Amino acid sequence: MESSPAIAVRDLVVEYGSRRILKSINLDIPLGQISVIMGGSGAGKSTLLRTMLGLKKPTSGEIRVLGTNICSAGARQLEEMRKQMGVAFQGGALFTSMTVGENIQLPLRQHTRLDENTIQIMTRIKLDMVNMMPHEHLMPSELSGGMTKRAALARAIIMDPKLLFFDEPSAGLDPITSAELDELIIKLKESMNMTIVVVTHELESVFKIADRIAILGEGELLMVGTPEEIKASEDPRIVGLLNRTPRQVAVDVDDHLRRLAGKAVEPGIPDEAASPDEPGVPGESASAKTADGESANGKSGNKGAAEGQ
Amino acid sequence: MKTIESMGNAVLSSLEQTGRTLLLLLIVVYRIVQPPYQFYAIVRQIYFIGARSLSVIIISGVTIGMVLGLQFYNTLERFGSVDILGSAVALSVLRELGPVMTALMVVGRAGSAICAELGIMRISEQVDALECMAINPDKYLVAPKVIAGLISVPLLTCIFSVVAIFGGYFVGVVLFGVSEGSYINGMIDAVVWSDVRLGLVKSFIFGLLVTLICCAKGFYIHLSKSGSLGAEGVSYVTTDAVVISSIAVLFSDFLIGAIL
Repeated sequence: MESSPAIAVRDLVVEYGSRRILKSINLDIPLGQISVIMGGSGAGKSTLLRTMLGLKKPTSGEIRVLGTNICSAGARQLEEMRKQMGVAFQGGALFTSMTVGENIQLPLRQHTRLDENTIQIMTRIKLDMVNMMPHEHLMPSELSGGMTKRAALARAIIMDPKLLFFDEPSAGLDPITSAELDELIIKLKESMNMTIVVVTHELESVFKIADRIAILGEGELLMVGTPEEIKASEDPRIVGLLNRTPRQVAVDVDDHLRRLAGKAVEPGIPDEAASPDEPGVPGESASAKTADGESANGKSGNKGAAEGQ
Repeated sequence: MKTIESMGNAVLSSLEQTGRTLLLLLIVVYRIVQPPYQFYAIVRQIYFIGARSLSVIIISGVTIGMVLGLQFYNTLERFGSVDILGSAVALSVLRELGPVMTALMVVGRAGSAICAELGIMRISEQVDALECMAINPDKYLVAPKVIAGLISVPLLTCIFSVVAIFGGYFVGVVLFGVSEGSYINGMIDAVVWSDVRLGLVKSFIFGLLVTLICCAKGFYIHLSKSGSLGAEGVSYVTTDAVVISSIAVLFSDFLIGAIL
């Protein structure tokens, strides 16, 4: 019998004001695996992560984390669920008024009644796991980028969580430190049997650590699969992401010039400059640029001007 | 039309912020009574808000007491009433200047720091990190500061009042030769318990107002209308917190004085 997923996302829609960031996402994060959520900038990765952490209320849909529906859970239920998970934030989010050791000990001091010796021993075990033993007494401001991430990871795993979230582990790190963190993530999964969710866009890191990959693009889930399945995908958006192909943005020459002049028109509102036989379609068929860069209405002079911008 | 619209927006925004601040107070009161109790965090905040404000409070207390002594001496001398200098200084300090000046000093020294600290914690995801660790940020970050404000501001007010009275004594008795007996005895005769109580009630309320407003401004920086979460946003809410706290102190001083 297949076990229930660690996280189940159903028909998730998230909006910021009138902007729809996530468009009906359905995703399962299986237990005991490393799942990577990847996508380009603005794809909705961070929003999906914040929603899964219960930091952002979705517009609609449902997220079950370790069996708890976090969209309808009360404060107490959410608190109990969060005790079973750890989060390593992109910037570390270490408390700057505390030493590395005190940062790591905080969850233990707040949620357990362990004696001081046990807390110290547990702190050193976790620091040792992330190779930070000698830096226990340093302040966060004295740490390098890689050390900050490792300290944040040690704090995230101090309560031996079932579920670990890691936001952009490789961001801003040199290749060696980044590779070391990847090794650490794999080691954590193997030694502690954790379910790990990593949000990143570093391709090298993704294919090294992932058991499953979910690719987001413009708020939609493009594909979920094993690294091999993702590599074999023929979806141009996924191929483009994997091959680092720059996005080709079709430019509407007339609309672009109007925007430069501060006279951008709302979509669907008839263009006063458009000819009478082309009503109400500004930026569409009348003046749309084709894929090869030709302006359909033949205004070659405008085309040249736009390309020069 | 635009003026009316912007005025309406400003009123709505103020109401929203006031509501948010009052809700934060209710949450803090609710969370304070729940374990685990933040005893050490409260002591740390008392040290920060109280002990570290001591030098500012003593210097400003002595200075204001000396200014009061000087001004009252010049005025009372014209009427031949320098004997009541002690009571004039003591009543002014205990009823009005002590609580108000202490609260304003705490706003400038500790309130702005509290607001900036919470604002930076919010924008650097430290508040999110607390939530993800199942540690309630209202309880862990805000409640100790509010409790510390409630304890520290009345104590600082007492110290301010005592040193201000001695400042007045120095100018009146030591510099201008007013009789020591008339300064001390006039003060003892004129000051009654209700004057001290009024000063204490004010200082409790000011302590609550200052810490609550500064905490709310920093804690809810992400909801502020400035629209910026960077350094500019922190500077904006910190300025806002200091201005609003100071106005709240002065306005509530009038209200309490009128009611009690």
